[in-house]
Amino acid sequence: MQNELKLNFDKIISLNNFSDSQKKIKQENFNNYFEKGLPNKRNEDWKFSDINQIISKNFDNLNFIVDQKKIFEEKDFPLNFEHNKISFVDGKLYDFDFKYEAKDKILVDQNLDLDDTINQNTLLNLNSAFLTSVSKITIKKGYNVKKPLILFNYLSDGLKSSAINSRVDINLEDDSSLCVVSFLNENSEKNFINFRQKIKIGENSILKNYSLDPNTSENIKYLNKDINLSKNSHLEYFILSEGSKFIKQDINCNLDDEYGSISLNGIINLENEKHHEIKTVINHKKENCKSYQLIKSVLNDKSKGIYQGKIFVSPEAQKTDGYQLSRALLLNESVEFNAKPELEIYADDVKCSHGSTSGNIDENSIFYLMSRGLSYSESKKLLTNGFLNEVIEKISNEDVKKLVKKLSGINV
Amino acid sequence: MDSRQKEIDSLKDYKYGFSTDIENTKAPKGLNEDVIKFISNIKKEPQWMLDFRLKAFERFKQLKEPDWQKPKYPKIDYQDLYYYSAPKSMKDKPKSLDDLDPKLLETYKKLGIPLQEQARLNGIAVDAVFDSVSVATTFKEELTKQGIIFCSMSEAIQKHPELVKKYLGSVIPTTDHFFATLNSAVFTDGSFVYIPENVKCPMELSTYFRINASETGQFERTLIIADKGSYVSYLEGCTAPMRDENQLHAANVELIALDDAEIKYSTVQNWYPGDKDGKGGIYNFVTKRGLCKGINSKISWTQVETGSAITWKYPSCILKGDNSVGEFYSIAITNNHQKADTGTKMIHLGKNTKSKIISKGISAGKSDMMYRGLVDISSKADNSRNFTQCDSLLMGNKCGAHTIPYIKNKNLKSNIEHEATTSKISDEQLYYCNQRGLNQEEAVSLIVNGFCKEVLQQLPMEFAVEAQKLVGISLEGSVG
Repeated sequence: MQNELKLNFDKIISLNNFSDSQKKIKQENFNNYFEKGLPNKRNEDWKFSDINQIISKNFDNLNFIVDQKKIFEEKDFPLNFEHNKISFVDGKLYDFDFKYEAKDKILVDQNLDLDDTINQNTLLNLNSAFLTSVSKITIKKGYNVKKPLILFNYLSDGLKSSAINSRVDINLEDDSSLCVVSFLNENSEKNFINFRQKIKIGENSILKNYSLDPNTSENIKYLNKDINLSKNSHLEYFILSEGSKFIKQDINCNLDDEYGSISLNGIINLENEKHHEIKTVINHKKENCKSYQLIKSVLNDKSKGIYQGKIFVSPEAQKTDGYQLSRALLLNESVEFNAKPELEIYADDVKCSHGSTSGNIDENSIFYLMSRGLSYSESKKLLTNGFLNEVIEKISNEDVKKLVKKLSGINV
Repeated sequence: MDSRQKEIDSLKDYKYGFSTDIENTKAPKGLNEDVIKFISNIKKEPQWMLDFRLKAFERFKQLKEPDWQKPKYPKIDYQDLYYYSAPKSMKDKPKSLDDLDPKLLETYKKLGIPLQEQARLNGIAVDAVFDSVSVATTFKEELTKQGIIFCSMSEAIQKHPELVKKYLGSVIPTTDHFFATLNSAVFTDGSFVYIPENVKCPMELSTYFRINASETGQFERTLIIADKGSYVSYLEGCTAPMRDENQLHAANVELIALDDAEIKYSTVQNWYPGDKDGKGGIYNFVTKRGLCKGINSKISWTQVETGSAITWKYPSCILKGDNSVGEFYSIAITNNHQKADTGTKMIHLGKNTKSKIISKGISAGKSDMMYRGLVDISSKADNSRNFTQCDSLLMGNKCGAHTIPYIKNKNLKSNIEHEATTSKISDEQLYYCNQRGLNQEEAVSLIVNGFCKEVLQQLPMEFAVEAQKLVGISLEGSVG
């Protein structure tokens, strides 16, 4: 695979019109990746999900060059509320529509501003090396986006064994607000998706970001998000992790200034042999910030769920309030749940705690329901739904909440 | 000045920091096969023991020093250490305590460990290890009556080879990690305990470790076997002289509990922690592992860690027998420049196994404290349970407290619960105590003792008092 990778890289350089500085950054990133390869379980962050092994098990060969389709028929999606949308096909910007919003307040453009520091995460190196454009969404100062923005990620039909590298940057200027729902594409063929997002939230701004992966697919996905919060800003983040064969969501939040707050919630609901991981890092850098995390997992069949969460509190970040809770239900003897909730604290006047539980459904509760006429499986369903519903109820946008309930089939 | 203040002042400095000027027999500096043969030879070991060491050394040569731990330390030159050091007078082992070098007796008297049996009122049998050799074991006769074997490792190799051969390396194999393998190759002495079937050991057994010689690593090995239905409570204490250099202490402790047996292992670790600027001190890289081999067996670790420049250890339980129980109670205190990366591993293999982890970490000054633990429930360990609680207390904003639990569950009938908190002593708590006439330091000591109470309660009486004092002393001057 190594030789072909090199050929693929040379091809992407020759096909595109990159500037010299871009070429240099790309080459450095590629070299770092080429030297170190994909992360494996010897890497602490990948201890529970060996991506190197997963990729080599699922793909004989990966194609890194994907031509963009000129015409793509967008599939109908059951959204019964008013929304703005941006669609991406094979990782590239395809179309957008902001019919409900004021003109010149939302900018969508493409460029290729790559970070000039070389990241130690080789998947990000891979992303930078093969990226041909970065899509950038900017919300202008003082503008509150009225309707939720839906990001559709499609894959074109027949695409397989391809590595799709894509990157979207979202920039909320001061005093603005936005609600984004990103849908991960549905496609039954097997591809490797390496998706990166960089988000900046300006002062007094609010971002609601919902990352949904509801449909069953054979895809192997890695999602990396870097989110920076300015003074007095708020982030609400929700993850629905259900569909893909493998997905790892790597979410890094930086509370760069005072009075920032984060509410990060997630559901891992798995069946068959799916393997999902959520990894979060909340970086408390300044005083008086808050973070709250709740991750619930339900594991069926032979699935594997992982939660790695870290709260980091730097010495300046006094008066920090950090909380993290992970709960898992194991419903089959072949499932596996691993958790690594971390606290790394360097300031003394803080309130930080985490909790983690994993276990089976309480048999007494099942008995209670069955004695009232429900069957065993109905009782079980009711209890797991109730378990997961607690997380869904944390979604503050009512339209999205209904949508998530519909997609996940969780209705109480 | 009241009497308590006087007591505190007298204890403020590391009171075990003296060294004993005593003639030593040392192995040549460095680590190679000849040194291992020298150690084996001087201890008149049988061939199988030498083979065991050489096998471990073969393996050691292939291993790399781990570097994933949080407290980093300058590279240790393993060729620049003495691997064996013994008081010269020990060469012909004294028959009784009366023949023991008076200087040695004096040292232990200073440490508060009287070796003369008549001086003992509280009935604890002690095995004292000085640098590389065991110098004395008390109350031997009384224990022998019950069939209990409590002696030094060297003696056990000579007198009870069948037991040593069967169990040594069965919990920590020679192919284990870097420091454990090093220990297997060069271990010098330690304690050996065997409790026969259905015997409840009538007194607390105890080992006292003392590093005296400079440039010496201490590598002792402890093996405790509790046969069916037996019970033993074992205590371990450690001190070392104050020196500018860092000294390595890499011990192995193996516990084996057969059916219905119970082992309680308590440690009060007070190695020299280095001075206020972080110079000197002991590197405490110890491998402690207990195997609950039989059904209904129980192993309980209790540790009070106040010393050492760097503490890096994870006393673990392998819960192999059905219905076995593992417990871990820990207080770790770091002050000044001390660093600790400690915790436990609970590996559930048998059905209905239970484990409980209570860890209390206190960091002050410029120190760094880490709880790192693993709970692993395998797919066959039905109906297993784990409860983990780790609380950290921070004093000042130049120190750090970290918690990294690894939680693995492969069994749907098992439950794991984990909770952790980090906080500081609140102003309200201090105000409340001050208002009632306690000064700042008394208040802190009271609150910290309350914070640690759950663990202190687990210690045997004699240790609990000492530990409580130690907790107070370790935090002297860290508040205000």
